[in-house]
Amino acid sequence: MTNEQGSQSGEVSKGFATSTRRQFIGWAGLLALGASLSPFDARAAQSAPRQGGSVKFAINDGTQADSFDPATWQNSYTQVIFGGTLCNALTELDVTGAAAPDLAESFSSSADLKVWTFTLRPGLKFHDGAAVTVNDVIESYRHHMGPTSSSAAKALVDSIVDIKADGDRNVVFTLSGGNADFPYLAADCHLVVMPAKASGGIDWARGVATGPYSIEDNQPGIGVRMKRNPDYHKPGQPYFDKVEFVNIIDVAARTNALLTGEIDYMVDADIKTLKMLEQNPEIEISKVSGLRHFTFSMNTSVAPFDNPDVRMALKYAIDRDDIINKAFLGNAKTANDNPVAPQIAFAVNPLPVHSYNIEKAKEHLTKAGLTSLTVDLSVAETAFPNAIDAALLFKEHAAKAGIEINVVREADDGYWDNVWQHKPFVGVDWLGKPTCDSLFTTTYASGAPWNDTAWKNKQFDELLVKGRAEPDKAKRQEIYGEMQQILHDDGGALVLAYALFIDAMSKKIAHGPIGNMLQCDNFRMAERWWLA
Amino acid sequence: MHSPAITPLARTVIARLGSGFVTLFIVSLIIFAAIAVLPGDFAKVALGRSATPETVANFQRSLGLDRPVTERYVSWIGGALKGDLGLSFSSGSGTPRTVNSIIGPRLKNTLFLAAIAALVSVPVALLFGIIAAIRRNSWLDRSLNALTLVGISFPEFFVAYVLMLLLAVKLPIFYSLARITPGMGAIEIAERLALPVATLCFGIIAHMMRMTRAAIINLLSSPYIEMAKLKGTAPWIIVLRHALPNAWAPISAVIAFNLAYLIVGVVVVEVVFVYPGIGQAMVDAVRSRDIPVVQGCALIFATAYILLNLLADVIAIATNPRLAHPR
Repeated sequence: MTNEQGSQSGEVSKGFATSTRRQFIGWAGLLALGASLSPFDARAAQSAPRQGGSVKFAINDGTQADSFDPATWQNSYTQVIFGGTLCNALTELDVTGAAAPDLAESFSSSADLKVWTFTLRPGLKFHDGAAVTVNDVIESYRHHMGPTSSSAAKALVDSIVDIKADGDRNVVFTLSGGNADFPYLAADCHLVVMPAKASGGIDWARGVATGPYSIEDNQPGIGVRMKRNPDYHKPGQPYFDKVEFVNIIDVAARTNALLTGEIDYMVDADIKTLKMLEQNPEIEISKVSGLRHFTFSMNTSVAPFDNPDVRMALKYAIDRDDIINKAFLGNAKTANDNPVAPQIAFAVNPLPVHSYNIEKAKEHLTKAGLTSLTVDLSVAETAFPNAIDAALLFKEHAAKAGIEINVVREADDGYWDNVWQHKPFVGVDWLGKPTCDSLFTTTYASGAPWNDTAWKNKQFDELLVKGRAEPDKAKRQEIYGEMQQILHDDGGALVLAYALFIDAMSKKIAHGPIGNMLQCDNFRMAERWWLA
Repeated sequence: MHSPAITPLARTVIARLGSGFVTLFIVSLIIFAAIAVLPGDFAKVALGRSATPETVANFQRSLGLDRPVTERYVSWIGGALKGDLGLSFSSGSGTPRTVNSIIGPRLKNTLFLAAIAALVSVPVALLFGIIAAIRRNSWLDRSLNALTLVGISFPEFFVAYVLMLLLAVKLPIFYSLARITPGMGAIEIAERLALPVATLCFGIIAHMMRMTRAAIINLLSSPYIEMAKLKGTAPWIIVLRHALPNAWAPISAVIAFNLAYLIVGVVVVEVVFVYPGIGQAMVDAVRSRDIPVVQGCALIFATAYILLNLLADVIAIATNPRLAHPR
């Protein structure tokens, strides 16, 4: 016990020091990124945050079935509004993408990373004035656990063996194995803290939580009106007095509403009308490269993709920049067959960089003992936006290397049930994961639930287990760097591009650097932004 | 021994009601079957791609999707007969959300929008139709004809966007969003609904007006109208007193058709103007695969169509008693 306590304080101070340094590096990087992608609004960058005013945000995928139950949050409407604005989790993804303390004032682990202790901030209150207790945290986690759970976050909490209270403010999680990334997991928007019921379980139906804003009026699928939480635990925040979220599914209606001033912010601007919006002096476009990425995934367990040289030939036979320019109109970033986005901790850019190279493609075909190659590529518009155009361009590129790609247009409905993980070569839209470990564990380890490339690599699997339980940052960097290299060289995922979150907002709104992991400033725009 | 005159009419109405009910039953079967064979697993869509097979199985069990199709149909239709459309898939543990509570407010909004559109469009369409018929082949008739042809030819979303661009973005007179919230004043509601109502009227006035014109012109060549003309009756009186009563059958049919369209077919307008009506509710439900809500909406749509057509039939029979004696 004492041992654990000792390691706790040591770990905490270390964690804070690194987080500050990381924060600095992240901000500098973001500024550079901002400069290259969108001209930073000078006024927004200069004006200091101030309180007051109200704002209307438009989100695009709410339904009348949306509820306050955190187990059911699937769309960005519920995740941004309920997860990011109504509630808090123990930790949050800060603007640099690091897991920072939120409801917990600190966290620490045992040496083997199996036992994690989170200490709640003192004096936390729910919107109704009730104090937040350790029991609320425990019940909030149990809400997603158990064999009969149908929670969207069940897989995340499956590794939790036990949760218990330690005193008034400490919550102790025991995991089935060491996991250095547990604080990231605790930042997931489903794992928010809501009031526990006396009979067990949590009382989510009232929509009472700890977030920067409390509910004034909620009409599922239509909109939510919220007001500032005067007891919020972050000093000074939030800045707006009132925020309103409006559900506008149609992108033209959203754009018009922004142009007529009925809303101040719209998510997912239409890339086809972006030029027009950019010319409007009242409107700022924000382009942020998040974790989301697009792949053409090859099933490495069936011919011809079971031959690494065939995979390599295809990786060299695609002109990624051409696809980004023509199919995405420049609104994406080239990827190098590494699904780990550059802003994720321990990300590397493996060499050699895979670019369009017909000679290399032919060379690898010859190595595979082939003179020509014909493959079917299954895509649909749901595979990822403009996937069909991207596939047709790929067909043109590959033809020059003697590779014939038959683009098979699949039905949109049921694409994820009947095509993905069933056909050998398919387009896939990945929302991404904030850590190497969660990404590899869910998608690239042998037998992982979404291992759509059926890729099995013994060395990779061993490194994965090692990296997860490794407390030393330098060693983890080495391990994850090596894993990304293996994936890049041998894996079945042709990672084409990282998507950009493209949002448009009125210049009335000011903001600092925007978080580059999840959309809407890592879901917390209502808390972090203010009126200029 | 002569039965009262009302009996054949009543008998016909009852027969029509019966056939309407049978139609509705067949439609309910089709709705259920069509949704049952849709590709894609509902639990998987509802839970997202991150769902594990275990969560999917838990979810299906909690929704009763593991029961056989026939059993599910019988319990659904049995409930629907009692006015209970079942529970939405979004019902969480311990907090049942009925389909009625989800559709109810939306249906009210749609009926409200439809009623306003009907109040504006029906009198206008009748008036223009009658004027066009009286002034047949005059410049007025021709220009009304041309205008309505244009109205019918443009798809709704195009009209909606053009109106929005002109009257909300370029000339900020009206709102581009038709979001009405409780506690809003009548004037603001009117301002907010102006563009959607105009869009709806644009399409249906044309249809109803042309039908009215055709029906009246058709009658104006009948011998009894000739007789009235010879007696020196004014053209207005001829149309209103002699032609119109006999034109109600085709006119009521086209009005009923358009009213049904206002309830069933306003999805595009609701989506474009972000009006919280039942059309948008159904689109939402299809996207989130909330099947009980989809089924409920489809059933309400079918009922609206059948009821309104029934009403048109009854009006036709009432104004033309010959129809009450089918050969």
